[in-house]
Amino acid sequence: MGFRFDLLMFMIVLLSVPVLSNLILSNVDRRIDLTTQAVRITSTLKVENTGSDLVSEVLLAFPDDQAKHLAYLTATNNEGKGKAKSSSVSFPVDVVRPKGMHPSLTFYSVSLPKGLGKGASLTLDVLAVFAHALQPFPERITQPDIQLVVFNETAHYLSPYAVKVQSLTVKLPDARIESFSKIENTKIHGSEVKYGPYENLPPFSYSSIVVHFEANQPFAIAQQLIREIEISHWGNVQVTEHYNLVHGGAQSKGEFSRLDYQARPHVRGASAIRHLVAKLPPRAHSIYYRDEIGNISTSKLWGDPKKTELVIEPRYPMFGGWRTAFTIGYGLPLQDFLFHSEGKRYLNISFGSPINEVVIDTLIVKVVLPEGSADISVSAPFPVKQGQETKFSHLDVVGRPVIVLEKTNVVLEHNQHFQVYYKFSSLSMFGEPLMLISGFFFLFVACIIYMHADLSISKSSPSYLAKLQWDEVQAGVQQVRNIFDRCLTLHDKLEASLRDLSRTGDVQACKASRKAVDGLLKDISKDLKPLLLSLQSSPQAAQILPKCSICKTSNATS
Amino acid sequence: MQRVPSYISRSVAGSYDNEAVAIFALIFTFYLYIKTLNTGSLFYATLNAIAYFYMVCSWGGYTFIINLIPMHVLLCIVTGRYSSRLYIAYAPLVVLGTLLASLVPVVGFNAVMTSEHFASFLVFIIIHVVALVYYIKGILSPKMFKVAVTFVVSIGVVVCGAVLAVLIALVASSPTKGWSGRSLSLLDPTYASKYIPIIASVSEHQPPTWPSYFMDINVLAFLVPAGIIACFSPLSDASSFVILYIVTSVYFSGVMVRLMLVLAPAACIMSGIALSAAFDVFTRSIKFQLPGATENSERDAGETSSNSVVAQNDVAKTEKNEDAVKERPSKKNRKKEKEKENVEKPSVKSQIKKKLLILPLEASIIAIFLLVLLGAFYVVHCVWAAAEAYSAPSIVLTSHSHDGLHVFDDFREAYAWLSHNTEVDDKVASWWDYGYQTTAMANRTVIVDNNTWNNTHIATVGTAMSSPEKAAWEIFNSLDVKYVLVVFGGLVGYPSDDINKFLWMVRIGGGVFPHIKEPDYLRDGQYRIDSQATPTMLNCLMYKLSYYRFVETDGKAFDRVRRTEIGKKYFKLTHFEEVFTTHHWMVRIYKLKPPKNRIRGRAKKSKSKASSTTGTKRIGTKKKNPWH
Repeated sequence: MGFRFDLLMFMIVLLSVPVLSNLILSNVDRRIDLTTQAVRITSTLKVENTGSDLVSEVLLAFPDDQAKHLAYLTATNNEGKGKAKSSSVSFPVDVVRPKGMHPSLTFYSVSLPKGLGKGASLTLDVLAVFAHALQPFPERITQPDIQLVVFNETAHYLSPYAVKVQSLTVKLPDARIESFSKIENTKIHGSEVKYGPYENLPPFSYSSIVVHFEANQPFAIAQQLIREIEISHWGNVQVTEHYNLVHGGAQSKGEFSRLDYQARPHVRGASAIRHLVAKLPPRAHSIYYRDEIGNISTSKLWGDPKKTELVIEPRYPMFGGWRTAFTIGYGLPLQDFLFHSEGKRYLNISFGSPINEVVIDTLIVKVVLPEGSADISVSAPFPVKQGQETKFSHLDVVGRPVIVLEKTNVVLEHNQHFQVYYKFSSLSMFGEPLMLISGFFFLFVACIIYMHADLSISKSSPSYLAKLQWDEVQAGVQQVRNIFDRCLTLHDKLEASLRDLSRTGDVQACKASRKAVDGLLKDISKDLKPLLLSLQSSPQAAQILPKCSICKTSNATS
Repeated sequence: MQRVPSYISRSVAGSYDNEAVAIFALIFTFYLYIKTLNTGSLFYATLNAIAYFYMVCSWGGYTFIINLIPMHVLLCIVTGRYSSRLYIAYAPLVVLGTLLASLVPVVGFNAVMTSEHFASFLVFIIIHVVALVYYIKGILSPKMFKVAVTFVVSIGVVVCGAVLAVLIALVASSPTKGWSGRSLSLLDPTYASKYIPIIASVSEHQPPTWPSYFMDINVLAFLVPAGIIACFSPLSDASSFVILYIVTSVYFSGVMVRLMLVLAPAACIMSGIALSAAFDVFTRSIKFQLPGATENSERDAGETSSNSVVAQNDVAKTEKNEDAVKERPSKKNRKKEKEKENVEKPSVKSQIKKKLLILPLEASIIAIFLLVLLGAFYVVHCVWAAAEAYSAPSIVLTSHSHDGLHVFDDFREAYAWLSHNTEVDDKVASWWDYGYQTTAMANRTVIVDNNTWNNTHIATVGTAMSSPEKAAWEIFNSLDVKYVLVVFGGLVGYPSDDINKFLWMVRIGGGVFPHIKEPDYLRDGQYRIDSQATPTMLNCLMYKLSYYRFVETDGKAFDRVRRTEIGKKYFKLTHFEEVFTTHHWMVRIYKLKPPKNRIRGRAKKSKSKASSTTGTKRIGTKKKNPWH
């Protein structure tokens, strides 16, 4: 494959040289960092304009199979000769399709705002990060096997321009190197493989190299990560992150033995994901780590004023090809992330995942703004796909506007802050409590009205009359009952005094108490009289009247 | 009510069960029944039937209602308490209730076919006869009535005899006499262990121990007798029903731990009655004396004590002693308790005599205070029980060690692994205890789950677990099982693991597949897994899956649950491979190796092996193999 590609390249070289501008790269220095699963290629290009025209763009070329894994690409101007990186300016980078170029190449053009005049030169720092550039080989390993990966690159810098001098350094993890392509000028120095220097190579020169080495760091890949950032103007920014994690390294095959894993964890299962570290912002609170069947108890949390560190362990150690899904969530203080500018509010929060070692295939960031936000705009430091949807939460009427940002192949470099601008009046945050309060208020008012209003349609219907009568009777019965109770207590008193009499023989005391009781009884019968009269007056009470009179007489006799 | 631990045991979030709903339905049905009994309203009778339908929908325990209510009706009739209200309460319930119950798919025609329901129909007939008798008695003169009775009785006996004979013949024709196994195990506690191992194997179906009674109903256990006494004194239809309810539920809870749930509301009602009776007495005596409290208190006390002596002639002696005690400022708890017990009886009596019972003011205040304290302690106990005993999820285990809390989250680890790292349509075989958990948490199809209506498939899995590896592989393969899950507590000492449940697997499996015999797994009647164990035991799948490579953990293979070294330490699995084991080895998941379709290769291999041992065998294999 590589060889055929070479041939193609040579044909391209022949075809396309005349098309390009008169730029040459006088010096190219590339460093490839393979210590993590995301491959970082830092190229320092010294661009020289040998032609007479002003050149305003520099093209960077990547083969398609690399370009589709390209996660992050920046070009900065390295003005300071030494290490004055602070003055570096990053240039806008865009995908372009120049005419006459081979279709299997993807070009990115770095626009130079000032342009490059005749004879002038410029030093560019290009950082390219690739997400899935390391291929495990062999693809399936057993538990005790070590994980080996393969990396393909070209020793010669693939560029549409001629390159005068170039060199390449490949930095490998501190472990065994299975093999690497030996071409001219190859040196190995510790864990670094050096190719070059090569001089005076034509445009599109290509020389495939393969590095096969041991990489035991886990390949944690989040196939999908949904970050939901919900703003509450009551003082909280709630972040919920749903991870769908897979170990993207060599697939594990055969048995998994817990025994081997526990006895020699670093030999048997060296490439397993044991834990992940989420570096949360400082002052994060209410942190949780759970999955669909509940809290995952294997997590630790450290916090200091500068950062909060959450160490999470998946429920099980993850071997190659194993999957898991979990959710972490935390609350952040609003004032740390929400600011005002020019009558607008804006949220300023980091884009990527707080877990640094994870490469994310698809990252969806949803920013849930409070209900009633308007004039929403997003500013992100790199291109993202934008969308908008509505989310309904408790007591929402029109729903909350949700900004959806989608990005594929997200790596550590994407952990930059992005801003969401919107307008929101502080008063509308009282809308929901007021709604609740007024709702209850009206409910109670309605109840009061219902209880007090007479809703019967006909005032002469039998049921209405019966109800009236019923109420009347109830009131009467209640009165009678009260009288009876009083009467009974008097009886008890009387009885007690009688007993007292039989015990002590104190006739005077008994008489006195009797007198008092008699007086009270008289009062009672007085109270009873109007009731009795009303009873007599009503015709329906005829049959119960005699009983009542018995009651009365008994009352009187006692 | 909602605080009773035994009810909490079923209604906490983790183990919320349909029983929690059913108990509400049960109590609601009873409430409506009594309401109907008291009012004689047809409206409540209909509601009652609907509540009964709700109960039938929610729980199989509805048979408790349909037997308890007829029992009560019968009791009422026998004690001469028949009234039209009773008829209204009962007849619609049976007719409507049975109709509605047969709408529930699980019940269906069982509502008229099984013996559980016969009692209700029998009583239904009886109540009609009695109603007829009462009606005729009402319209006929006494003399005519006697004639009619002799006439009807002579015919009725003949008819009843015929009907009974038919019924008995029908019932006797079925082997279990028409009773389902569960009901039979209630009536005869030893039945299940004899015939249906699957019912007996559930720990909830074992008889409870005394501490568990105290744990579950606590103070109520002491208040219930008082409540029963309070119910008896003015014995009404309703209170006789409550008594019947408590008596039967105490019996049932004695048979099965699970039915403690039925006892709990009954105990609550009873102690509620007791407490209300007690409070009634105390508050009344306080109320009466409060106006006089401003007077000479000493005189008051003397006066009241004499009062009480008059009021309670039969218990006068003890009461006098009590009064003497009370006047002294001794405040020991036990005496107060006794005093409270004494109070119970007089309270009842006072109601009969319509007389006011008066207790000393201080005593009643103290007694009320103590009762409130008792209630408060009960609440504390309930909260404690709910927190400690029932709220701890059974799926996440914790242990307190010297360096803090240690969490054993192995079950969820295993289920999470299954759900994320196996194919969606893979089937998992495990013992049925883990069926629902696997279905819910791992989202995988299981072969057997906690539904035990049909135990043949449970027996199949039991058989596979107790078979040797190859036979087990064949069974599992025929069931299209991909993974086998076993629970093993030997490493950390988790006692309810599969090895301890294994005998039940053997029994249940043996119940359906007779080639599995329990004695094969026992050495001299003892269940053991050490070197004395039988070879059948040491070669069965469950043993192998549990102890696979266990010896390499400590070199001795010491099982911490059985407290012994295992019998067979080094062995290999040929048809299964270990795919996952949790952190504490509590759950081990094995995958069935794919069937070997390379017959030629295997034959060659075995041939070459055989050739080194015996020549004749080689010829044999050669002849059998059609490819050579």
